[in-house]
This record gives sequence, structure tokens and C-alpha cells, in this order.
Amino acid sequence: MSIPPAVEISGLVKRYGPATAADGLSLTAGRGEVTAILGPNGAGKTTTIEVCEGYRSADAGTVRVLGLDPARDAARLKPRVGVMLQSGGIPPAVPAGEYLRTLSRFHVKPHDTAWLLDIVGLTSHVKTPYKRLSGGQQQRLSLAAAVVGRPELVFLDEPTAGMDPQARHATWDLVTALRADGVGVILTTHFMEEAERLADHVVIIDHGRVVADGAPAQLTGTAGQLRFRAESGLDTDSLLAALPPGSAAKESPAGHYLIEVPGGTVQPALLAAVTAWCADRAVLPSSLQIESRTLEDVFLELTGKDLRA
Amino acid sequence: MAGEPVQPIKPGTWTPDPGAAPLHRMIAAQAAQETRQLLRNGEQLTLMLIIPLLLLVAFSLEPLIDFGGGYTRIDFLTPGVIALAVMSTAFTSQAIGTGFERRYGVLKRLGATPLSRAGLIAAKTATVIGVELLQAAIILAVALALGWSPDADVSAIVTVPLLVLLGTAAFSGFALLLAGTLRAEATLAAANLIYVVLLGIGGVVFPLTKFPRAARPLLELLPTGALSTGLRDVLANAAAFPARDVVTLAVWAIAGIALAARFFRWE
Repeated sequence: MSIPPAVEISGLVKRYGPATAADGLSLTAGRGEVTAILGPNGAGKTTTIEVCEGYRSADAGTVRVLGLDPARDAARLKPRVGVMLQSGGIPPAVPAGEYLRTLSRFHVKPHDTAWLLDIVGLTSHVKTPYKRLSGGQQQRLSLAAAVVGRPELVFLDEPTAGMDPQARHATWDLVTALRADGVGVILTTHFMEEAERLADHVVIIDHGRVVADGAPAQLTGTAGQLRFRAESGLDTDSLLAALPPGSAAKESPAGHYLIEVPGGTVQPALLAAVTAWCADRAVLPSSLQIESRTLEDVFLELTGKDLRA
Repeated sequence: MAGEPVQPIKPGTWTPDPGAAPLHRMIAAQAAQETRQLLRNGEQLTLMLIIPLLLLVAFSLEPLIDFGGGYTRIDFLTPGVIALAVMSTAFTSQAIGTGFERRYGVLKRLGATPLSRAGLIAAKTATVIGVELLQAAIILAVALALGWSPDADVSAIVTVPLLVLLGTAAFSGFALLLAGTLRAEATLAAANLIYVVLLGIGGVVFPLTKFPRAARPLLELLPTGALSTGLRDVLANAAAFPARDVVTLAVWAIAGIALAARFFRWE
């Protein structure tokens, strides 16, 4: 018998009154992989995760986590899965160390809590009540609580929201280390950089459906962009005229120039044409980069630029 | 992170090795946590210990009320104050605590741990009973120092715990009903209001014989009235078995737990 995937969702439907949070959503997350679920606010990310965590029942469709039904097999599944909620969940007056120690006692072989607090940088806050921790520190305690029981799979709902850059990088290191040791990670995030750095597999959700699914490189495609910086107000029409046919050029914002080869790859001749054009005008381009579209470009293209409620 | 050295993490550190602890260990850990939370909370301590002790001392030292019925003041007060202590812990404190746990997502987060809901209820029950034992020890010691001399049948060894347990079950059921249906602020207000009203009309300090004759049977049917009257019958009148109060509390307990089980919302 093959080992079931970490998460297998097929045709998930979940409605709240007239609102449809999941509308026939299907995805598979591999064991020991980092899967990032992206989507605008209200797209159905948290609903999807909470069905997997056993908090909500599906109106239709099947959901399997480590091959188990999160509702029916809850008692067998919960010890194997770590959860970090989007916010809260920890009693405000309880000191960080005490809270983590209590949770650790629900597990057979928990991590040493003093060591774990050190890993997430909270050693000097062992006795600090949860409510006196900063937002980022609260997130880190919540992250520690998700991994204290040596889980096979962790669900992290916006783990780095509210963290400073140091804490965010340390969290990324932790997720990378979890993955390296075979722990599956399902995370939701609004930070595209986070998904690009961490995820083996990205799923973009909108209006309760999957609109894109694949490895980050698959989604962003080939290196079809050339960016550079120079003085603002250069004549992009003449630049475009100097480029191979099918290219597009624009200045946005001022002083940032973007040349795209839709569906194609930047060729050496394009680079030569751009630098020759600059040389003719005695312009020295800086920060010249040839790259694929970013995940953010893909995300905005698929989900639009309208603000979500 | 953030100003503290980041430890290098050795490969293999996070290799999965999950498993739930035995249920009794989870319940003990959660109950210990909740007990510490309660005893650290000044408002809860005031409610559970300071107010009952103040009433016990103040009303027994000075003849503020004529209790009637041939009781000494301390003999009348001690059973009533025990009933009040049970109500404050099992009902008021538990309703407020659970209401805010629900609001802060604490119950939701616990739902993702290996501790089952039944295990969580068991931990809360163990916490309430543990705190009640502590309250009883302190209240009874103070009462004895104030000259309390119970007039009890030997069966009180069984009937007192029975009354307290039934009262605890009834109060806990309604505490969870409030906490699991209302917003946290509404639970706070309702639990405090009900506490004050039942303190007034529950036979705790003011004898039910002082109320209009027609109201008395109804007051004795309230959980606080039944608990205080039952305890007083057993501890001051040497009653063998306060059948009516036991039945009254049992009915409240069944009703409260059934309603809580039906209507409690975890988030």
C-alpha cells in the first residue's frame, strides 16, 4: 500500500449561509513537502485549512489528512499534526514557558520546552504572560506550540504575520529545517517572497477554487523579464523600437524600467539592444536583472487587482 | 530571533515522532494549568475565598441578622457559606473563565491538541473540585476557630459530599451553558448578577424564613437554596438524608448538563 499524501482534498464545498468559502476545491500536498496556499482575503484559505484541522465539516467533497478523515479519525490524527492558528488561542495571563510545558505534556515524546523556547528566541520571556508579548513574540510562541509534539505535519496559518524581519527569517529557517527532517508543512501566507523561498508546491486559491497549482518555477515560467534602473523620463517608445519584435517596455514607477517578452525568454540580443540603446544616450543602467515573472505578478494576474473585502 | 542568538538546528532534530500522552496525564496537566490560572487571578480569588470568608467572619462576630431557628450565628452561617463557595467556583468563576477562553480561541486551540473535549471537561471538573477542597479546608478552619460546632449525623460523611457534588454538577452545567452561548462580556455580567441575586435569596446569609411564606418553597427549589438548606439540615439539624434537596439538585444538574451539551459552542 502506498503512503497517502499529507493532504488530499477533492471537490471540497463549504458554505456559510449564502457565502461559499470553498467551491469544489481540490488539491494534494505531498508528505515532507512545504505547500503554500495563497489567495486574497476571503478566498477560502483559512476555511480549507480548518477543514483539514477538523474544525469544520465539509458540505461536500472528501478531505484526507495523512490518509485519515479529520472529523471521524480525529483522535488518531490530532497527535500527529501540529497547528498554528492565525491568531490567539493562548490564555492571555499564562506565562509563555508554562503554556508550552502544559501543551508538551499532551505528547509522548515532546521536545524540551526550554530548548524550544530558545530556538524561537523567547528564553528571556519564559515568565512573561502571553498578553505582554509583542505580536511577533506571540506568533513565535504559537509556532513553538505547533511543533512541540514532534508532528509529522504542521498547519501554519499566516505564520509570519506581524513578525519583524529577523523573526521572519528565523521562522523560514525553522520551516526549512522541518522540511529537511521530513515534516510536511502546509502554510498560508500573503507574502509571495515567503512562498517563493519556502514552498515546493504553491496553490493559489480564489473564490473558493484553485486557480493555479504547481512548483513556484512552473508558475512563474521562464525568464521573460529584464529590469533596470536609470534616470527617469527616458523615451520608452524609442527603446521599444530598438528591441526585437514582440517585446514590451514601460517605466513604472519613475526610474524603474521593465522590458517583457510575453511567453518567451530574454535572449542575449535583447540585452545587447538595451545596453546599446542606453550607451547611445550616455545612460548607465543600474540594477539590471533578467528574471522570470515573480510569484506576485502571477498572483495578481490570476486574482486581479481589485481590493477584497 | 530579535536580538537573541539563533541556535543552529542540527539535522534530525525535527524528525517526526508523534504520539498522545495517556489521557490521565493530559487531564492532570490541563487541570494543573487551570488551577494555577485560577489561583493567580485576583478577581477570581476574591470571589472564591475573600467574599465567603468576609461574610462568615462579619455575620458571625456581630449580631447583624436574627437567624432564628435556635441556631448560633456561626452554626447557621457555615453551611450557607460553603454553599456560596461552591456556587462561586463551579458557577461564577467557571462561567467567566470559560467564556473568555472561548472568546480568546483557547478552546479552539485546545481542540487541535490530543486532549479530547471529554478530557477537557474532566480537567475543568477536577480543577473545580480541587479548588472546592481548598475552599472547604480554609472555610471550615476559620469556622471552627469562630466556634462552629456542627450537629451532624454520622451519615454526613456521605451526604455532604453528595450535596456538594450535585451542586457542583448543577452549577457547572449552567456555567457552561452561559459561557458556551453568550458573548464573553455578557457571560461576565450575567454570571456576576446571578451570583449576587442567589447570594441574596439563596439562604446563604439571609435565612429563607425571613422571606414571605409563599416565596419560601420556590427559593428552596433554587440550586443555591437547595444546597444551603440541605447542608444546613445535615450540619446543623443532624438530618440523616435531605431527600428533597438532593432530588432538587439532581434535577438542576441533569437540566444544566443537558442544556450545556445541547447548546455549547466551542468557538
